[in-house]
Formats: sequence, C-alpha cells, structure tokens
Amino acid sequence: MSDTHNKEVDQISGVETTGHEWDGLKELNNPLPRWWLYIFYATVVWAVIYWVLYPSWPLVSSYTKGVLGANQRQEATAAYDKGVADRAQFADKIVATSLEDITQDQDLLQYALANGRAAFGDNCAPCHGSGGTGAEGYPNLQDDTWIWGGTLDDIHTTLLYGIRTDNDDARFGDMPAFGTDELLTREEIDQVSNFVASRAGVETDADVDLAAGQVLYEDNCAACHGDNLEGIQEVGAPSLMSANYLYGNSLDDIKAQVAAPRNGVMPGWVERLDPATIKSLTVYVHSFGGGQ
Amino acid sequence: MSADTETHEGGHSEEWFASAKKIYPMATHGLFRRIKWTLLFITLGIYYFLPFIRYDRGPDAPGQAVLIDMDHTRAYFFFIEIWPQEVYYLTGLLIIAAVALFLMNAVAGRVWCGYLCPQTVWTDLFLWVERKVEGDRRERIALDKDPWTFGKIRKRATKHFFWLMIAWWTGGAWVLYFNDAPTLVWQLLTFQAPMIAYVWIGILTTTTYLLAGFMREQVCIYMCPWPRIQAALTDEKALNVTYRWDRGEPRGSLKHNKELAAQGMPAGDCIDCYQCFQVCPTGVDIRKGMQLDCIQCGLCIDACDNIMTKIGKPTGLIAYDTDENIERRIEGKEPVYEIVRVRTIIYAAIIAVVGAIMLFTLLNRDFADISVLHDRNPVFVEQSDGSVRNGYTVRLSNKRRHTRAFMLHVEGMPPNTQVEAVGADSTFAGRPIIEVGPDTTREVRVLVSSPPWEKMPQSTPVTFRITESVMGEVVTTKDTFKAPGEP
Ligand code: SF4
Ligand code: SF4
Repeated sequence: MSDTHNKEVDQISGVETTGHEWDGLKELNNPLPRWWLYIFYATVVWAVIYWVLYPSWPLVSSYTKGVLGANQRQEATAAYDKGVADRAQFADKIVATSLEDITQDQDLLQYALANGRAAFGDNCAPCHGSGGTGAEGYPNLQDDTWIWGGTLDDIHTTLLYGIRTDNDDARFGDMPAFGTDELLTREEIDQVSNFVASRAGVETDADVDLAAGQVLYEDNCAACHGDNLEGIQEVGAPSLMSANYLYGNSLDDIKAQVAAPRNGVMPGWVERLDPATIKSLTVYVHSFGGGQ
Repeated sequence: MSADTETHEGGHSEEWFASAKKIYPMATHGLFRRIKWTLLFITLGIYYFLPFIRYDRGPDAPGQAVLIDMDHTRAYFFFIEIWPQEVYYLTGLLIIAAVALFLMNAVAGRVWCGYLCPQTVWTDLFLWVERKVEGDRRERIALDKDPWTFGKIRKRATKHFFWLMIAWWTGGAWVLYFNDAPTLVWQLLTFQAPMIAYVWIGILTTTTYLLAGFMREQVCIYMCPWPRIQAALTDEKALNVTYRWDRGEPRGSLKHNKELAAQGMPAGDCIDCYQCFQVCPTGVDIRKGMQLDCIQCGLCIDACDNIMTKIGKPTGLIAYDTDENIERRIEGKEPVYEIVRVRTIIYAAIIAVVGAIMLFTLLNRDFADISVLHDRNPVFVEQSDGSVRNGYTVRLSNKRRHTRAFMLHVEGMPPNTQVEAVGADSTFAGRPIIEVGPDTTREVRVLVSSPPWEKMPQSTPVTFRITESVMGEVVTTKDTFKAPGEP
C-alpha cells in the first residue's frame, strides 16, 4: 500500500480509483466494511477447522479422514437401524393382529398400507406393475378376477407360499397341454377354443362347429373350469366367462393356451420377507379392491 | 463540534476497511422520549409475557393463548386455530403489515423505524443500560479514551452482563411461543428442554446482543431495506422530522445572533448548540435536511424544544412537518396538514379490504375438510361384470375437538353406483361412514364402481360430498370418474 502516487484520486470524494473506467464512469476504490472483512476471515478460519475435523481433501487413493471420524455411511446405517427399531412396535402389533382386525384399526391400517405400498414397490411391482395392474402373464390385482381367491386370507396364502413353487404349502394347478401332449387334435383345439371365445364375447372363426366345441369342453375342461365356465378357485382354474384372460384375450391367445399352456409361477415370500411385511402387503393388495 | 463527532470530509483512507464512526447518543427528555418509553414498555411487555397467557380450549388441547405447535403443525391465537393448509392467513397478515408500513410512511415517514421497529426498541433498551452503567455521552466518550483501569473494566463487565441478560431473556421468550411456556421454563431450568430450544435461545441471544449492543444504527443505515423503499414511496405531503430552516437560519451562537438581531440584521433561532445532533441515535444532523439515516424518532425535536424553552423562544424549530409547509410559510401562506389524501385513502382501503376478507374467511371457515386424489396408476379398472372401478385417496379433516363421523356420498354417477371406503366404520344406505378423531386428518381409499354394463363416458365430473352426522355440516370437492368409453 506504499505507492499511491501514480493512482488517481477522485476529486469529489477524495477516494482513489481502481483505474477501471466505463463510459467515463470511474470505479472508486472504497474500502470494505470492517464487519464484512471479519466475516470473510472467519469463513477462512472455519474452512481450516473443517478440514481438520471432517473428511475433506482427496488424496491419490483415499481422502483425509478428519479427526472426528465423521462417517456418513455410519450415520445412515444408524438412522436406518433406528427406523427399524421405531417400526418394530407396529410390526409386532401387525403380527399379533388378525388380518380382518388390522383393516378395522385405523392406526394399524395406515401403517400396513404404507408399509405394504413400499414393499409392493420393492418386490411385486416388477411383475404386477407399480399400480398392480399386471401385464400379460402377470395377473391384474386391480380387477375382480382372482384366480386363487381375493379374500384377505387367500391373498395372504398366495403371498406366503406362492403358486407352483417348491414350497409344500404352495398351491398347484396345472393346465394340461392339450396340443403338445396330443390330447386333442388341431381341429379339436380350434373347436373348443372357439366355443370358449364365443362364451366370453370374443370374436370367433367362421364356420367352426361350436356344438362340437361345447362337447369337447364338457369332456376335457369342465372338470376344472366348471360346467358354466365359471372357474374353480380351489384348483386355480380361472373363470372363462369374461375375457380377462391372463395370457391374452384374442382367439389366437386362447388357442395357444389350450395347445401349449403356460403355467406361471408366483414366488412365495415366506422366506424372504418378515411376517409383518407380508401381512402389510396382503392388506395393501386387498385395498386395490379385494374380491372373492 | 468536538473532534470525536467530526465526520471525515475528503482525504482518502489507505485502510483496507472503513470503520463506522462510533455514535454516543445523549439522553434527552420530552414528549417524544415519553412516547418512546411507553411504546417500549408495551411492545416488550407483550413480547416477554404473552406466552404465559392461558386460554382454555378444552381437554387434550394446548392451553396457551398464543402458540405455534410445530410437532402437531398447528398455530393457535386465542380463539383462532390455524391448520397448515390455512397458512394463507399469514399471507394476508403480511400484506396488511406491508401496506400498514406504506400507510405509516404516507402519514409520517419512518415512524415505524423511530418507535416500533424491534431494532429501535432493543437498541433503546440497551442504550438505557449503557447510560445507567457508564454515564451519559460525555462520560462515555471519556471512558472510551481512558486506559484500562479496574474501574473501567468493572463498568464494561457490568454493562455486558446486563446486555447479555436482556439478550438471553429475549431468546428465551422466543422459544416459549413454540411450546407450553411454564413447562418449557421448568425444562430449561432443569436442563431437560429439547436441544432445539437451547439452539434458538443461543441464536437469538447472540443476534440481540450484537444487533442492539454493537451494530445499532448501522442496521438501519446499511442492512435494512426499508429506508430505500421508503425513500421511493414518500412524498412532499408526508410528515417528517424537519428542521425549519426558514426560521432557524442564519444560525449562530446565542450571543452572535443576539448581536445580529440588535443591529437589525437577519438572525435565525438556531443557536448552533448541536443538541439535536448529539441526542440522535443514528448520528444525523437533521439541519442538513431529510436524510436516509434519520429514523424519525423525534428525539432531536425534544432536544431542540428544551433549548428553545431555555432561551425563551417558541418550540418547534425542529418538528414533524412537511417540505411543502416550509415553502408555504416562506410565501406567507398557512401550513397545511393533509393526512387524508388519495394515497392514504388507497392504503387504508387495501388494509380494510384484506382485513375484511380474512375476517370473513375466518368466520366462515369449515371445520371439516375433504380433498380427493384420483389414482393415476391405474386410472380405471374394468371388472369382469363390465363395471368400471376408479380408485381415490380421500383425505378427511376434522377440525373440531371431538371425534366426528362423516357420511361420504359421490354425486354425478348413475344410480346403483357402488362406493366403498377401505376401513370405513359402517355404511348407511350404501354410503360409507368414516369416523375422524379430534383435530386430525384421516386418509381413506375409496373405490367407486359404475353399475355393471352401464356405458360410462371417458370422463364424468363427480362431486365428493361429506355430511357430518350430528351438525349436518357439508363439505364438497370435485373430481372425475374415468372410463374407457366414448369421449
Ligand atoms: S435526526 Fe432526529 S428524528 Fe432523525 S434519527 Fe436523529 S434524532 Fe431521530
Ligand atoms: S438543537 Fe435546535 S438550536 Fe440547537 S443546533 Fe439543533 S436546531 Fe439548532
């Protein structure tokens, strides 16, 4: 600050200028307010203290750890554990309460729905869709077609053990492969498929003998799907009356399913999710609309 | 003018920073000083003691008249209870506050700054402590120059002790607005209060101590935006603390002016005693005219009036007056005080309208509330019997202090539409009845299914109506029922 002689001093204010000039306006070199300067120094000091206390500088393969040993991963884990512990009391109540009673208890219901929604997103959404509307081969949980039953208990059983899994308590229902196993001829498959389509309101082929199809249906299908196509839940044979079919609603889809049926697998969750979560999921899925 | 108060004129500083000139406001007495003391007592009295006033809202409800309950997201102000979705009242209050500031400004400049601004009020209180401990202006200037003797240290320590006590009490009173005051006081005393309470007390103690003890007029001059806005809003009809130079000039010492007068030369009433300058809390020489730094506290009026009384001249050399009036007096016209004019009428009208709207909504507010969120995924579901089902998340709020039951009805749908609420407590004629606890919100999932095979259009406007079972209070909201059908 010694040499100010060659600096220009503003006539009016007596303050020296910075030498910057725009359109004839000269910038005055006014000093900073003291408080401002001190706050600036304080931030510098703060930064240095921070470097010492907390992880900050990157090194070649690591970083400075800071003397406090602060670690965000540990903090996150601790917060997670605390969350689990906080929820434990609710979880215990859910386990101890019957499904029916959970839906009657406002607090438990709210908890179960929230917990179920989260668990659904993590575990179920990949197949059944984030809104539970399913896709071809994956049942729509929002409608009233429940292949294995839509009561709270049915849904709970399905969630626990799955369908067609290795679990001893899992429910099975295998549709015979009428085409691949040569139980029916090509023509017979066409006939029975057209008969089913005609009853479900799907457009049929021209010149097909629907009466023959009906006979074939009664001989081969009625045992599982019922005399009036109403389906039998106990064996997982869906109703064929309306075309909410799992594997497609066109005549070709029906033919394909009769000839070489697909038998989808629903995994059981008893070994992967805790009982409270499975119960919450049951309540949540049931809240989509439930059903028989 | 003493060297201490002389402002630097010209001569550039080679410092890296320029420090503000320390101001040593002198004590004065008079009408405006009394007004200031009175307002200080009232405002600080309200601030420090309001949380202790009780108000009975019945069992299970806070008994504190003014309370902001963060945990339960409720704000209480005597008989008013504000829910989070009603914070628009705050918007109304802010509008009224802003326009009231404009109105005050149109009437009498920065009166808010001079008498009611917290910065002014606390600074005044701190200055009072300073005077009690260290003495008035002259003694304080001397004390600053004194070497560090035991006596000086004792005085300084005493002053800072009292300042910190006031600052600490200020922070303490603040947190009492957010929790039951007597309980919190006890918790604070026994070190069981929540951490956040100590943190806030710490913050407010520090800011009060710094702002009222050290920053003082610098807050008004450098930090506060209001002087800038105010300068743009004021006009020549607003009353401002004004030095009536038409009467005061030419100024000179008492003796000098008397001599001038004796010779028949023009001599003003101002005896250049600098009292008006020395009492000024922001270091303004009001005789230089209207300035941004002046907070319109009127203390210079008191000071000058005291001088005028002493020298046997009429008071009011400095007074609340307008520039317009000075011109008028010079021209020999009567002064005018136009408080009621277009500007003030408009401001007052805005305040009245906003206030009336707030009062109206407050008196007519519902004690129940419904909001509906249509499911987006899926928007609708077709059922095997041909019906279409829509899912909604319905939130019901009960703002009364007891459990109430609401019957839910969906209007605008064809007959035989089914309405189910997951977890409904009962149904009446096919309409779900949902109980909501006291002062709470409950969320239920509602499924609406159209009658089987009924051809529904793509979108049907529907009204969700809740009817409270006892008083019959009705609240509605609108939504739509979606279907795959024809648009
Ligand atoms: S000039 Fe007068 S009115 Fe303005 S701040 Fe100073 S003492 Fe108060
Ligand atoms: S107090 Fe009054 S008389 Fe004294 S200098 Fe100020 S205006 Fe002049």
